[in-house]
Amino acid sequence: MGKTLFQKIWDEHVIHEREDGNALLYVDRHLTHDLHHRLFKVLQSKGLKVREPDKLFGVPDHSVPTTAKTVEDIPEGEMRETVAGLQQAADDFGFHHFSMTDERHGIVHVVGPEQGITLPGLTLVCGDSHTSTHGALGCIAFGIGSTEVQHVLITQTLWQRKPKTMRITITGQLGFGVSGKDVILAVIKKIGAAGGTGYAIEYAGSAIDGMSMEGRMTVCNMTIEAGARFGIIAPDDKTIEYCAGRPFAPQGEKWDEAKAYWRGLTSDAGARFDVEITLDGGAIAPMVTWGNSPQWVLPVTDCVPDPTSEVDPQVRADMEAALDYMDLKPGMALSDIKVDTVFIGACTNSRIEDMRAAAAVAKGRRAKARTLVVPGSGLVKKQAEAEGLDKIFIEAGMEWREPGCSMCIALNGDMLAPGERAASTSNRNFRGRQGPGSRTHLLSPAMAAAAAVTGHLTDVRTLIEEV
Amino acid sequence: MMTSKPGLTPFTTFSSVAVPIDIPNCDTDQIIPGRFLRRASTDPDYDRILFHDLRFNADGSEKDFVYNRAPYREGRIFVTDINWGCGSSREHAVSVLTANGVRSVIAPSFGDIHYSNCIKNGVLPIQLSGEHCATLRRQLRESPGAEIAIDLDTQSLTGPDQTGYAFEIDAFDKHRLLNGLDDIGLTIEFEDKIADFAKTYAKRHGWAG
Ligand code: SF4
Repeated sequence: MGKTLFQKIWDEHVIHEREDGNALLYVDRHLTHDLHHRLFKVLQSKGLKVREPDKLFGVPDHSVPTTAKTVEDIPEGEMRETVAGLQQAADDFGFHHFSMTDERHGIVHVVGPEQGITLPGLTLVCGDSHTSTHGALGCIAFGIGSTEVQHVLITQTLWQRKPKTMRITITGQLGFGVSGKDVILAVIKKIGAAGGTGYAIEYAGSAIDGMSMEGRMTVCNMTIEAGARFGIIAPDDKTIEYCAGRPFAPQGEKWDEAKAYWRGLTSDAGARFDVEITLDGGAIAPMVTWGNSPQWVLPVTDCVPDPTSEVDPQVRADMEAALDYMDLKPGMALSDIKVDTVFIGACTNSRIEDMRAAAAVAKGRRAKARTLVVPGSGLVKKQAEAEGLDKIFIEAGMEWREPGCSMCIALNGDMLAPGERAASTSNRNFRGRQGPGSRTHLLSPAMAAAAAVTGHLTDVRTLIEEV
Repeated sequence: MMTSKPGLTPFTTFSSVAVPIDIPNCDTDQIIPGRFLRRASTDPDYDRILFHDLRFNADGSEKDFVYNRAPYREGRIFVTDINWGCGSSREHAVSVLTANGVRSVIAPSFGDIHYSNCIKNGVLPIQLSGEHCATLRRQLRESPGAEIAIDLDTQSLTGPDQTGYAFEIDAFDKHRLLNGLDDIGLTIEFEDKIADFAKTYAKRHGWAG
């Protein structure tokens, strides 16, 4: 019987396996961000060291105001303390740190792949659920809690139970105006917000093959929204080309060695998955969520669903509560929903391709809703500016900001007022996620830009021409 | 041998008033809203943050939420709906449970990361079928203040009507909980193996260093 891609990487990292199946795994890369700065104080108080500081990378992202360029620009208080705390920890423990003034700085899940810290075949962890993003490069990457973060800091290892495996095959090719975001929203719609719980999901099929690295990262990013800690995609030519020459990627002979090894990182023909799911990529339309779970999602051409047509009383009650919170009426066209604010950013959709997709729609138009465009890193920002995208956004009346998590989690001052409604390229539409009482509709960058220039949720395919 | 985490109470048997939480997919943003993530868990009001926005209005007054009402307010076991603790990996979502003395959550399914965060903090996540959880929640709604009794060793619990339920749990997780053990102590026992592994790994995958 053949091995899955996941199994192959797992096996290379097992230090010890218990009879009950739990394994002690070696961790190749550990990423950290500002919200974990206190853990380093705990280590200090116990007189402990970081075992392999060379494999630890810190970036402040959650608490960074998108109007600030330096730590000193942050108003005094817990936001500044948190960002300064991580810097202090990096100085004390000697790990890599991309400070706010460093152009490599940004959201941890954008920075990892961009710097070549994330590579195929590795194990990578971070105290953040969207660590699944990195699996798009063909590695085992997963989010952990802070007790586990401490464990990795001290031992460079982690106890894990091997997840079950699921393969999701996206056949055909994506249609015009459809992106990775729509694919993953369609996946979550199909399997549900808990459908992937306990699984590592491998994405495969022609639509995934045809997708850019950025699109694949979006798909893996929101895998956690389907309940799975791990998303993974076999490395191919695109992956290898993406990694080539990145600052922390291997060079010279080591690069050749790596490439040769990565070529073998595919699921064998005879590999068995616990669950196999297939979706027709050509049938996926631009998607938008209407409720407070990413599974409450529909094609933008649809209407707000009617809870009375739901047979399960619990699901019905859940839908009713969501519609009440979101202030939506059953039967209204999704494209009639007006938005107050548009957020284009977050680790889901703040890479250069996302900026380009949003700019293509914004070009020559005017925003009818407050719109924040927040690049995922200083390097994305620089690239976008080199391409003139910043001017397109600014001319459209949108705000072009400094990199960070921003309105995805509303921990940096960028937030919605109670009752305010946003079209957002982030990954969570949970109640209050973008500020207490906030209402969030998740969608792709092109769809977000379409909502910005029309003032309501809009099928982006009606605004742009197929080329 | 493993070391005990300071303050990690072994979980053997536990009974308490139980609270029905009728929220499917209750994400960790509901358990603790993001804006409290920078707050230290030593804050004397830390317990108030649990379900904060479901429990309190903007002016601090209480909303009509089950956990605000007596006798549920004393409940230290929660019975919830599917996908409890999905979403963010924030371990604060367990810290606010322990700050309120909550020792166990019973649900049809859990967010994977939250599940493991519970184990690491001495909170027992119990998986029962959706039907059984719905029955328990109904009984708890009908008899406020009713108790649930849990025995981890025998992997069983007794509902308010004395019905017994068996549950599954990973052997390693059970061992950790029963003894109040943390992983670091165990892992340190493997120090030589880790060092050896790191050496051979560096040889096999020099590119990955
Ligand atoms: S952008 Fe949002 S989801 Fe991503 S790491 Fe930041 S807060 Fe988390």
